[in-house]
Amino acid sequence: MSNLERSKQRRGLVAINGAITFIIILLIFQIWLLGATLETFLAGHPGAVLPATIFSGLGFLGCLALSVFVTRLDHEPRKP
Amino acid sequence: MSLLPSTSKEPLWREEFSVFASDERHVTRRQFAKFLTLASLGMFVGNLWVLAKAYFARTPSFPSVEVGKVGEIPVRGVKLFTYPTPKDHCILIRSGEDEYVAYSQKCTHLSCAVYFSAKDDRLECPCHQGFFSVRDGSVLQGPPPRRLPQITLERNGARLLALGVKES
Repeated sequence: MSNLERSKQRRGLVAINGAITFIIILLIFQIWLLGATLETFLAGHPGAVLPATIFSGLGFLGCLALSVFVTRLDHEPRKP
Repeated sequence: MSLLPSTSKEPLWREEFSVFASDERHVTRRQFAKFLTLASLGMFVGNLWVLAKAYFARTPSFPSVEVGKVGEIPVRGVKLFTYPTPKDHCILIRSGEDEYVAYSQKCTHLSCAVYFSAKDDRLECPCHQGFFSVRDGSVLQGPPPRRLPQITLERNGARLLALGVKES
């Protein structure tokens, strides 16, 4: 394996780890958001539910995009 | 579950159950990312469920119901009743000579039934030691996140009427 290929693979690895870290951060944010939404709803303040759902949806889209990125990048070294 | 069509010529099962140990870390990372995304979808669906509950929940109606008579219970005594539906258990407390308060009996932590402790002058949840003020139902101690829903009372002659439920 040439130095160029090795360097490319290392960069890919860093990108994948970074993407997974972002996914984890987004997931933690979503878990907190769901708990907070449920709490405010049960406390009789349903006004906060819609914005929270929108932000949760954005979080999911972010996770999905990062997951697609990871899958695509992970496939790359094994292209024929 | 695949987010993208595979770019390699190998069938998917061969990629997922790779022969070489060096390939396994790739699969594990990918599977991990997919699992996290699935969990993220679960959180989003949970939020959608709360949204649906908020928008399609029926607005409860609060009828005017007699819950007791003035002087029926002694000072610092209690009476249990249900309001607004037979499933909603409440507690009426005569906190003074001419003072009556009523609260939902359901603890805001995990829904155990609270009882009135005349000795300590507070409402207590026996499950996790959550204490509520008898004055306004606010949390004095313990894990309950919110105050007890208070039943709005009105005195009509010698009758005590429940008119509604005041949430926190």
